[in-house]
Amino acid sequence: MSTSAQEILGVSRREGRRLMELWWQRMTEAAQTGHPTAYVFVMAPLSELLLTFDFVINAPEITSLQTAIRGQSQAYIQLAEDYGFSPDICGYVKADVGVQLKEGEHPYGRVPRPALVVTNNVCNTYLKWAEFWEHYYGCPVFTFDLPGWRGRESLREGTEAFRETFENDCRYVLGQLRELIEVCERITGKSFDIDRFREHLREANRMAELYHAVCDTNRHIPAPFNAPLEGVTYQGIANLYRGTPEGTRYFELALEEMRERVRLGMAAVPDERFRLVLVGTACYSHFRRFVELFSSWGGVFVHSTYMVFAGGGFVPGFGYDLGRPLESFAEQMVRATYWGWTGAMFYQQEWLDRVVRDWKVDGICFHGVKSCRTTSTGLPDVREWMRVQRNVPGLFIQSDLVDPRLWSDAQIKNRVDAFFEALAAHKAAVGR
Amino acid sequence: MELERIFDDLRALVEDPSFPAVRRWLEANPQGKVVGHFQVFFPEEVAHAAGLLPVKIAGAGGTVQVRQADARIAAFVCSIVRSSLELALSGRLDFLSLMVVPNICDAARNGCGVWVRSFPQMRVETLYHPHNASSAHAVDYLVGEYRRIGRVIEELSGRPITEDALRASIALFNENRRLLREVYRIKRESPWLLSAVESYLLVRSAGLMPREEHNVLLRRVLELLPQRPAKKQDRIRVVFEGGFCEQPPLDMLAVIQNACYIVDDDLMIGLRWITEDVPLDGDPWRNLADSYLNRSSYSPVQRDPRKPKAEMLLRRIREAGAEAAIVAAAKMCEPGLEEQVHYSRALDGAGIPHLVMEFEETMTVFEQVGMEVETFAESLLFQFA
Repeated sequence: MSTSAQEILGVSRREGRRLMELWWQRMTEAAQTGHPTAYVFVMAPLSELLLTFDFVINAPEITSLQTAIRGQSQAYIQLAEDYGFSPDICGYVKADVGVQLKEGEHPYGRVPRPALVVTNNVCNTYLKWAEFWEHYYGCPVFTFDLPGWRGRESLREGTEAFRETFENDCRYVLGQLRELIEVCERITGKSFDIDRFREHLREANRMAELYHAVCDTNRHIPAPFNAPLEGVTYQGIANLYRGTPEGTRYFELALEEMRERVRLGMAAVPDERFRLVLVGTACYSHFRRFVELFSSWGGVFVHSTYMVFAGGGFVPGFGYDLGRPLESFAEQMVRATYWGWTGAMFYQQEWLDRVVRDWKVDGICFHGVKSCRTTSTGLPDVREWMRVQRNVPGLFIQSDLVDPRLWSDAQIKNRVDAFFEALAAHKAAVGR
Repeated sequence: MELERIFDDLRALVEDPSFPAVRRWLEANPQGKVVGHFQVFFPEEVAHAAGLLPVKIAGAGGTVQVRQADARIAAFVCSIVRSSLELALSGRLDFLSLMVVPNICDAARNGCGVWVRSFPQMRVETLYHPHNASSAHAVDYLVGEYRRIGRVIEELSGRPITEDALRASIALFNENRRLLREVYRIKRESPWLLSAVESYLLVRSAGLMPREEHNVLLRRVLELLPQRPAKKQDRIRVVFEGGFCEQPPLDMLAVIQNACYIVDDDLMIGLRWITEDVPLDGDPWRNLADSYLNRSSYSPVQRDPRKPKAEMLLRRIREAGAEAAIVAAAKMCEPGLEEQVHYSRALDGAGIPHLVMEFEETMTVFEQVGMEVETFAESLLFQFA
């Protein structure tokens, strides 16, 4: 299906909004009808499997983020703090706790109660988050254990050590997958249909190819999209519509649009001067402002680590073997955990190295999220490593994911402005 | 007097960031290698069986000023992660050949990446203990993970870990755990014989010296304790919860013990994680893995649906005959702070008085803590009187 150039421009935003509204409609209906809803996380969502059982998927990181986009996160966070949660706890957790304490009432609709929670250890806070629902609702919680990145030597591909570790991890993940299938069968009363599962895998394979192709369009100068802005929609669709024809179609359109923008020379940031990578997340309570602080200097984010670790785990080489669906699903989960979910956060310099080279990056913004140790603990160290080892300038700023109380506009603007002044001098010195 | 001298020596050991017992061991074993392991649990027997010395790295308390680590780790991260890195960056851990960081939390796991970048000459590994503890596949997986760490250790030591050697190490550590259980029995039954600070020193020092020496020390202390001329006092009996990773300063424990008997706690729980003897028959790797999952304590950094943590705390309180609890959490400790919410609600539900507090290993002023604990203890003494 091809679309005219006029229609294609802006389609990813329009379709993204439509699909997001549709998702909220399904969630709200599930809240009213009691249709089984599974709570999952954007790192290791297991959607392909859960959709096979017709669960409505709720991704609470997305609903929490949306409370901030709507400027209402603080009220939810304060409810959670009144309940007993510390100011130093993950803002996503507290925004969601606030939503749950208000019986699912959310600016976009109603969040249904969980029939099943599938938590995992890719972010250890997921385990604690799930325990809140477990205490609050008494709902079943399946803990999907995903052993991740181990260190420089143990996961060096092609070695005997890697093979042994990978095989041991895959056996464990496959075993848990079969246990989870039994849980899903029990909750829904439906038998596992491997052919349906295979179809979801097929769609996910196609979506992964398209997701990479969309990211690759940003190698072009000027970049056709701004990674935190359009990227957050891509991430949302990649998680909520993973393994579905609607999701695949969305990325076909997004790719078509980005290629058209490249063909027309349309830039995400007019007069692009600086090409940047964002390490970590944006601050969603001040989302537009966050991006504007950079775009006002002609700075565009051509990629972000968030698009990697919260973008479906579509690591390079991703692809399910449809001839052995369960085994292949387990293997891809393990690979995604190594390289997409944990490696991209804890040992990200190798990914940054590649992106700096291939996306022609001038500088890196490291956004430390005060309430998120998962994404933020080692950022100052990576920044220093990229500066010393690769001569790539980096900016370190701090605020939060969704807590507006932690945004300090003047302080952040001062740091961003000083960074761009230094970056301009650096670019001139290295002759770019 | 002998007991007092022992405890003085242990305090000096625990508060000395140069790890003097490790350096003494290296002088006696010039070819010896040392494995550092971060909180909470590490199967030390695996290192011991290969002839290596396992050493617990659990922060620097207030003994070292954190300078270099602050430039590498974000400010909103707990102190133990930063001060442990500082120990290494300042050269105090130059004896380590391997550092193992279990996947206890996101700060520690992310911090492992910092260690990898900072010390290219040192082997650094993350060890993944299972969180899906009720899975039928968890033990098999953990056997594989322990064997993986075993292979790393074999590479370093240059000698294979035989099953017999591993069994011998398990026997040694079983003895250590048995002696520590005895320490805790005394603490529960006659807390006036052993203060919270003293029992803490006995546990903490286990990770700082060879276990052979520690077993000798514990046996001697256990011989001497019953002869101690100490009298029971009218104090409330509390359980202290929240010391599973970052450690409260010794002076904070001293302030608490001035007002209460701490009759049980989770301080350095990793060194007491396994609660029964690890079997010596059969496959020792499997026995270690099985014991981690099935003969073990609880903590906020392990998910095990068979051991709901709030229920486990209530059980600890009940079994220790405690009247109340102090539910603490280290500053910026995500799992500890989150667990505090559930602990507190469960204690409310069970009608057990409790005091909620935060601490940091670097704290130096304790007036506030002292006042809070005294007020708490006095209110209970009147209530129970």
